Amino acid sequence: MKLLDVQNLRTTFHIEAGQVQAVRGISFHVNKGESIGIVGESGSGKSVSMLSLLKLLPSNAKLEADSVLFDGIELVKTDQKAMRKMLGNDIGMIFQDPMTSLNPLFTIGEQIMEPLRIHQKLSKEEARKKAIEILRTVEIPSPESRLKQYPHEFSGGMRQRVMIAIALSCSPKLLIADEPTTALDVTIQAQILDLMRDLRNKMDVSIVMITHDLGVIANMCNRIVVMYGGTIVEQGTTREIFYEPKHPYTWGLLRSIPQFSEGEKKKLISIPGSPPDLLRPPQGCAFTARCPHAMKICEKLPPQQISLSDTHQAACWLMHPKAAPHAKEVIS
Amino acid sequence: MAGYIVKRFFASILTMFVLITITFFLMHAVPGGPFSPAEERKVPKSVMEKMEEKFGLNEPLGVQYVNYLKSIAQGDLGISFKQSDVTVNELISRGFPVSAKVGLIAIVIALIVGMLLGITSAIKRGKWPDWLSMIVATIGISIPNFVMTVLMLFLFVVVMKLLPSYGLSSWKHYILPVAGLAFGPIAYIARLMRSSMLEVMRQDYILTARAKGVPEYRVIFKHALKNAIIPIVTYLGPLVAALLTGSFIVERIFSIPGIGRDFVSGISDRDYSVILGLTVFLGIFIIISNFIVDILYAIIDKRVKIEE
Repeated sequence: MKLLDVQNLRTTFHIEAGQVQAVRGISFHVNKGESIGIVGESGSGKSVSMLSLLKLLPSNAKLEADSVLFDGIELVKTDQKAMRKMLGNDIGMIFQDPMTSLNPLFTIGEQIMEPLRIHQKLSKEEARKKAIEILRTVEIPSPESRLKQYPHEFSGGMRQRVMIAIALSCSPKLLIADEPTTALDVTIQAQILDLMRDLRNKMDVSIVMITHDLGVIANMCNRIVVMYGGTIVEQGTTREIFYEPKHPYTWGLLRSIPQFSEGEKKKLISIPGSPPDLLRPPQGCAFTARCPHAMKICEKLPPQQISLSDTHQAACWLMHPKAAPHAKEVIS
Repeated sequence: MAGYIVKRFFASILTMFVLITITFFLMHAVPGGPFSPAEERKVPKSVMEKMEEKFGLNEPLGVQYVNYLKSIAQGDLGISFKQSDVTVNELISRGFPVSAKVGLIAIVIALIVGMLLGITSAIKRGKWPDWLSMIVATIGISIPNFVMTVLMLFLFVVVMKLLPSYGLSSWKHYILPVAGLAFGPIAYIARLMRSSMLEVMRQDYILTARAKGVPEYRVIFKHALKNAIIPIVTYLGPLVAALLTGSFIVERIFSIPGIGRDFVSGISDRDYSVILGLTVFLGIFIIISNFIVDILYAIIDKRVKIEE
């Protein structure tokens, strides 16, 4: 059962220099109760694609899609006002930097109670009780007194817990976490990820986790979508992506995870070059310029998505039958 | 908090002392005195000496200075040299309520109109409401208020004959002086509000508020405004002091019996006690309004701690 089904989503920013095609036709879905990870480097369009389908981008961004179905509702036709009724209620969001994502001039309590009062029409007292309960769920000690405090009285990790509390306050069906651990130090990262895993099981919420860190989603997500240059280059189950990756970009991403094996020192491998200019997106495959296995065709024509299993698709010319001899060489 | 107030109090006394000293000696450095005869009517020398003796002007400057400090410490600002039946304290208690009333109306209007213009401008950035309010703001900042006031006087009183030109006897009389006083501040507040609002609307917590499903008007007027208003509060201190204590020019143009007008005539008459008395009053007023602004900061933004 699909909770979110996105078909051919395109997002364009109109700026003075022209049109930035930040997202160039992506299709993916999220099943009920499932967690998916969207991976890619900065500027690959992973955050923009989610923000645009929630109508949270500035007015110079234009969203086009064949269809975006959320829980049976067509979001492409939904206006911003109707969208706001779903946001915070059916869809919760967590952002990257907990230090700047909370309003410094309102108490934590006011900020948690706000969606409860708007969406669930709770009275002040009911909302307060619910807020205390949710703070306890995200494991913030002495929630009654914490409620009256301001964001600057919380540490980074605690603030991210508050953000999670706000996002989950109305028991949403979908939680979108945009790099929720990037700004935190490693031990706090682990705590927040544990908490999210725990809450996903308890609250039966689907999660879309946006990150550039494959390590973060390895034991958090069921499926992974790999984005590059505004397109999806590969998607599959976590197992498929980690053990049978088919796209050279995915190979590069996997190689760039730091490996700590005892005794031997391994050099961290990076992907040379920089992402494509989306003001003038490349004709063919966006990764061509940085791909060590690029062929002539890659520059000229965008590769089609090729299904490798029910769950696994990749878009790369290497998998074309005619590329077989070359591909064989690469894979061996 | 109590310690902070005591500290501020003593600092203020020092400021006032410096203010009085500088004003006192500058004032006496200006050629002529309150009883210097005008060219056309000669006053007998004996009369002059009698007058100077009465007001203590025959004493050495140092003695006059010490005497003035003594009387001011007792809250006595002396009597006017020109209207010798009126004390400066009376002059203030007569003129200040008039100035304050006109000033207060102007402040309220400047705040409401200026903030609304600024917010509209920020939200409709680059569209026609933005252009329009920024044109109004630029005019307001670049045209001095006496030019603006005279222009309005000409337009509404002389040409259209809609409004009265002097005094304060009905609500209609308030329109032009208030407009004259409020125009500059409206322009300044609008620009301040626009840039501050644009800055705040870019912040992450605004995206958070939207992602919580907060309706856009609440995002603007609750989440953004409370953050964006801080620079306006800073400007409020000097603005309140300037407008409540009367504008020299606007009160002069509309013959409003406020302390601004007294100040102007005090200076041209070399009325030493009036000049000094009003300076002291203005100084105290500015110090108090700045103090209130500092307290307001701490109330709006809990990260600001009042230092002990």
